[in-house]
Amino acid sequence: MPFSDPTADGPAIARASQRAIQAGGGLDATLRAAKEIRAQSAAPIILFGYYNPILVRGEAKTVDDAAASGVDGLLVVDLPLDEGVELRTRAATHDMPIIPLVTPATLPSRLDQIRALDRKKIGFVYYVSVTGVTGAANANLNKAATAAAAVRAAVNAPVVIGFGVDGPEKARAAATGADGVVIGTAIVRRVENADSLDDGIAEVSSFLGEIRGALGPNG
Amino acid sequence: MQAPASSSNPGYFGPYGGRFVAETLVAALDELTAAVDSIVHGKEFQKEWRDLLANYVGRPTPLSEATRLARAIDPESKLISRLFLKREDLCHTGAHKINNALGQVLLAKKMGKKRVIAETGAGQHGVATATACALFDVPCEIYMGAEDVLRQAPNVERMALFGARVIAVTDGSRTLKDAMNSAIRDWVTNVKDTYYCIGSAAGPHPYPSLVAELQTVIGEEARAQIIDRTGGLPDAVVACVGGGSNAIGIFRGFMKDESVALYGVEAAGEGLNSTRHAATLTKGRVGVLHGSKSYVLCDDGGQITEAHSVSAGLDYPGVGPEHAWLKDTGRARYISATDQEALAAAQLVAQTEGILPALETSHPFAKLTDVATELAAKKAGPKTLLLCCSGRGDKDLETLMRAREERA
Ligand SMILES: Cc1ncc(COP(=O)(O)O)c(C=O)c1O
Repeated sequence: MPFSDPTADGPAIARASQRAIQAGGGLDATLRAAKEIRAQSAAPIILFGYYNPILVRGEAKTVDDAAASGVDGLLVVDLPLDEGVELRTRAATHDMPIIPLVTPATLPSRLDQIRALDRKKIGFVYYVSVTGVTGAANANLNKAATAAAAVRAAVNAPVVIGFGVDGPEKARAAATGADGVVIGTAIVRRVENADSLDDGIAEVSSFLGEIRGALGPNG
Repeated sequence: MQAPASSSNPGYFGPYGGRFVAETLVAALDELTAAVDSIVHGKEFQKEWRDLLANYVGRPTPLSEATRLARAIDPESKLISRLFLKREDLCHTGAHKINNALGQVLLAKKMGKKRVIAETGAGQHGVATATACALFDVPCEIYMGAEDVLRQAPNVERMALFGARVIAVTDGSRTLKDAMNSAIRDWVTNVKDTYYCIGSAAGPHPYPSLVAELQTVIGEEARAQIIDRTGGLPDAVVACVGGGSNAIGIFRGFMKDESVALYGVEAAGEGLNSTRHAATLTKGRVGVLHGSKSYVLCDDGGQITEAHSVSAGLDYPGVGPEHAWLKDTGRARYISATDQEALAAAQLVAQTEGILPALETSHPFAKLTDVATELAAKKAGPKTLLLCCSGRGDKDLETLMRAREERA
């Protein structure tokens, strides 16, 4: 879900948002795309973005439309657990999780708060590997894996790791402490640098192939 | 004096405010909220900060009566009997921004932070922060839109002389919004040791309350001064609204005085019916930008639209949450002045009072007749008006001279 002012994202994803908006993209277009993908694939779909487009479009309407489009969950990076009551309440009526983020700066009390929530409301926890924005080149995924494993135990829910996973090696390191790995900037960069749509698809497919290979049979 | 915030929901002004930030910042905002309570509200901080305001900033700032200007606008005193200016332009560094910057940098120091960052539009908050950091010996980096670096060049040079590093932001509209995006990204990355000194009564909780509290000194002084000078309260208080810090600072002094009308003046840029304005409260809708829920300028898809104003400090598509609440409750009224009206007002104020107001400050000057006319419709008789002269126009010389040549 592109947003004009993505303050938790680094330059690559910020540029991608600008490209998408300039091409007429936005929440409506994202929901249409989700619906088209859902018609062809059973893969889970989670929409990632910021709160303002959802708020302006209408929280209840957006959640209803997302559910009808086959979306399985929402990740709203500027909506910490204490905010967005209407969105959360509506999402719960569809059993649609809103995935909470945990970062190296998160306090233990927050983990208790997450642990106390109904699992259906959160789906899983997204552990952010660094204090920083997306695309951080210096992410230490070994350290993040250890921290994520501790978070998983504390919240009693599956944990995925993201931020700074840019290749097979870091994916493998992250996977040692988590149930999944999130790759954003590394894919977005390949799309940005592609000469054509076909070229981009080929680049991304081969990149994801390498990652899957590194993660082993369950990748 | 407390604003009409809901005590059951700290950080909110009615439905506005809150904390819409990445999870990485939540613990830092908790830490800051606790520090506001334990440090800012403590005796030691208050003593040091008040001492700085008196002996470094030059407070209390004077209240000047602007008789020639009043007569130039209203020769027969039909609408305006007396006009008073609260002279924040006489603060050290030239604007009200120093009240807040000194308070926050002092707080940063007491919190043990090693580095201070800030965003700036007109450069006044950047200069004020750089000044406070020089005084307290803290490394300082200021984010400023590349467009503002050009149009407020003198302030960029001042920041450099104070030892701050100015980072020109080339994203988006290259103005205040983009500077704030970059400052937030820096804070997310360096949150452990870095203090983010926000320059207006905007951003996530506790910033809107903290900044308002540090600027309330304007309203407290002004209220006592005008009672002393006139024997009573003014009929209206008028201030410009960018993010809303000078306005909330002076408004809070008069919030409980129901007879005092409160007017905020936004930037109408090239006109409210153009797409080039920054009249967030007048033309915007409820949304979330830079950490709080308030009014924002955005399209139907929720994408923030670019603001425009000749004044860099008002050129922002958001506004502090307390103003959104004051608008909805009707306690304050928000109007707007165009670029041309503001430029003409700056010249008039200079020629009648020998005061060169900042372009931000020129916006309320441009609307005095409108305010007095509106008040006259409710109650007959000429009125006493109080205007927050938030800053001086030295930084705007180039823009003002260009406008003068174009008119000539
Ligand atoms: C002189 C002056 N007045 C007003 C403003 C607008 O800010 P605020 O609305 O927070 O007072 C600025 C901002 O740079 C300024 O420099």
